[in-house]
Amino acid sequence: MNLTLQVWRQSGPASEGKLTEYQATDVSPEMSFLEMLDVVNEKLAEKGDLPIAFDHDCREGICGSCGMMIDGVAHGPSRGTATCQLHMRSFTDGDTIVIEPWRAQAFPVIKDLVVNRSALDRIIQAGGYISVATGGAKDGNMIPIPKLDSDSAMDAAACIGCGACVAACPNGSASLFTGAKVSHLGLLPQGQPERYRRALRMVAQMDLESFGGCSLFGECMEACPKSISIDVIARMNRDYVYASVSAVEERALGGEG
Amino acid sequence: MTVNLNSRVPAGPLTEKWDKHRFDVKLVNPANKRKYTVLVVGSGLAGASAAATFSELGYNVSCYCYQDSPRRAHSIAAQGGINAAKNYQNDGDSIQRLFYDTIKGGDFRSREGNVFRLAQISVNIIDQCVAQGVPFAREYGGLLANRSFGGAQVSRTFYARGQTGQQLLLGAYQALEKEIAKGGVTMYPRSEMLDLIVVNGRARGIVVRDEITGKVEPHLADAVVLATGGYGNVFYLSTNAKGCNTTAIWRSYKRGAAFANPCYTQIHPTCIPVAGEYQSKLTLMSESLRNDGRVWVPRRKEDVGTAPGAIPEADRDYYLERKYPSFGNLSPRDIASRAAKEACDDGRGVGPGGRGVYLDFADAITRLGEDKIRERYGNLFEMYERITDENPYKVPMRIYPAVHYTMGGLWVDYNLMSTIPGLHVAGEANFSDHGANRLGASALMQGLADGYFVLPVTIGDYLASNRLEPVSVDAPEVKAAVADVQARTSKLLSIKGKRTVASFHRELGHIMWEKCGMARDAAGLHQALEMIPKLREEFWQNVTIPGSGDDFNQTLEHAGRVADFLELGELMCRDALHREESCGGHFRVEHQTPDGEALRNDEQFAYVAAWEFAGEGKAPLLNKEPLVFENIKLSQRSYK
Repeated sequence: MNLTLQVWRQSGPASEGKLTEYQATDVSPEMSFLEMLDVVNEKLAEKGDLPIAFDHDCREGICGSCGMMIDGVAHGPSRGTATCQLHMRSFTDGDTIVIEPWRAQAFPVIKDLVVNRSALDRIIQAGGYISVATGGAKDGNMIPIPKLDSDSAMDAAACIGCGACVAACPNGSASLFTGAKVSHLGLLPQGQPERYRRALRMVAQMDLESFGGCSLFGECMEACPKSISIDVIARMNRDYVYASVSAVEERALGGEG
Repeated sequence: MTVNLNSRVPAGPLTEKWDKHRFDVKLVNPANKRKYTVLVVGSGLAGASAAATFSELGYNVSCYCYQDSPRRAHSIAAQGGINAAKNYQNDGDSIQRLFYDTIKGGDFRSREGNVFRLAQISVNIIDQCVAQGVPFAREYGGLLANRSFGGAQVSRTFYARGQTGQQLLLGAYQALEKEIAKGGVTMYPRSEMLDLIVVNGRARGIVVRDEITGKVEPHLADAVVLATGGYGNVFYLSTNAKGCNTTAIWRSYKRGAAFANPCYTQIHPTCIPVAGEYQSKLTLMSESLRNDGRVWVPRRKEDVGTAPGAIPEADRDYYLERKYPSFGNLSPRDIASRAAKEACDDGRGVGPGGRGVYLDFADAITRLGEDKIRERYGNLFEMYERITDENPYKVPMRIYPAVHYTMGGLWVDYNLMSTIPGLHVAGEANFSDHGANRLGASALMQGLADGYFVLPVTIGDYLASNRLEPVSVDAPEVKAAVADVQARTSKLLSIKGKRTVASFHRELGHIMWEKCGMARDAAGLHQALEMIPKLREEFWQNVTIPGSGDDFNQTLEHAGRVADFLELGELMCRDALHREESCGGHFRVEHQTPDGEALRNDEQFAYVAAWEFAGEGKAPLLNKEPLVFENIKLSQRSYK
């Protein structure tokens, strides 16, 4: 099939960007979206033109590198799918596809479709971990964890940090990302000692970066390639409110709060 | 022989070596640790765990990755699991058994001392990861669950659905971010190491290119750790991430680090087959699927075009179960891959081009129900359906082998130090523990063993035992290394030829797959050794790289990596040609048993081949580290 692409081209962080039109010809429905872009890029390079820059790495939907707005939808039309796993069979011959970078104040454009997502790393730095140093851990089976808790923690931990939730949110909020980590660790017994302090600090960092607030639109959940539920945001809010009213910042708590 | 290949495996009984060594090593006083700077290149399981642990100990650490965040390193894509000799299942597992399985799985081409240590440490890794909050699969009673992997008859694999690598990496990444927040680690994302700085014979830093600004700068230190992964992308198509490359270890090789067993490549039996010319990578379907899936092809060639469901049981050839009754579908990877190739070469392969075999879950679904199968492998089935548009609950998966892992890498001693003092190498980037074939679920184990538990001990020994004079950025060696990198970048950009970087990469990959892939012979390897230098020459005259070196330029990054692959490919073929035996993933068709199994030659080849760079245009020198087996009796590997 043949497609018309309208691609956002921007040479650097400080430059103006604009949509530029390209033709993608002889596209096979078995191709992934990124393979379709590879072919376009190779033709550009053959002519000595600058290929379209986009982040990508594992191309199996787990590293979280890739991500673009495809016709205004984060990661494109297939639900629960990262851009690298989107296949061209989702499109029809003659389609025009508009491709843009993540649009969010907290994700400045570096070049073309590549954005700076380091704010997400800084949210993790604020508390998205359990403070155990290497060595000295007791036997893994000394901490029995109900299967349901472990499964729910895993559901939240499946987040790949791609930033689609932020890009999809009308407010540019990172609540699904942050809530997923707060929930993953907060659901496990190992995560209890730092549970409230973690929620407070991660939310504070999220506010410090240029992310917006959450109005529970739920767009994030629709865009999430791992279909993480907005229940994690409710859980984060609960922990955050509890921590705020009880001023537990520096006090270690055990068990369910 | 010019390089020193002293393995430094401690003397004494196998079971006591690591304990003894930990007592014998020199320590750095806690107050002095912050005076030392260690650079860690790569942020996968080995790199992130090492960087975090060094910082916890008090060292000053800088960590580098080419991705935009350390969480994206390719360890994240490991699916099936991580081995540990916990014996939670009471099925007869032990450290000794994991040790033996690993040595045998590697076809008796690894070091006993290193492998035993790995098996010992495996149990600590699980404990550490649980403490960090890794959500391993659990039984209803709340205890950790296990599954089986190839090459073992016990269930010792711990897992987090089909995303074990992701969860383990996030554990290490979170530990790393914790240390970044404390100020112990400075993280350099979107940064690529382009050379090693060697001063007075010691590794003292690296040359780094900032991928956003294009700036090339030296970073100096007291020791360097490379945890930069494997070089499977030399084949162009592999299960590796697109960015995985050999540059860090290759440039270090050219600065004097010996490269061990480059020809040992793992071809994974269960990947989604190639669909077309435009294909950019191959996707793995976890080995864990072989717990419940049965591999087969039609017994008769006439049935190849028939729908699988219409082929009666009697006309199917469950070839792994037939050939290897005791391990069956859980035969090791090298053996399962070769058997698939054999079936396809025999004209019984299925799907487009006849390059595929069935992986069938019908029996398991009948026995356990679709829900149970969904719980175990749901995400893998979804991934398969997304890529192929076929529903594996209804029709069998089609799979074919693909390049997955490289057992070869920079030579290291028991301390994980290369032949350049101060240059340490961890994870897939080194050659150490898997011999000629790695068992499933052992890469995660090795990466984390190296990073969490081995290097934090041995790096202290290196720093405490050596007097390291300060190095200035103005030192001639530093300036020369930076100038070399700049000159190379300018040269690449000045060619302005007609062929794209990707087209060179594809052609190299094709040569490597055909001549140095699942089966190799002298004639083909000789041909490859003619073809690769010609291709390399053309690359340096005719490659086109649009754009400049002063900003974000992904084509330039790719070109630098392909230039190095074009050199490494030649060394791999040379190594494959010299090793006149078959072992593990290295199968020379001239050397096989009457029933087509790998035929080792222990008398002549029970050694590590460590290649030494001898200068541009000169043949590399072969150094040999003999493998001494004091505890294991070498035997013909059998999974029958």
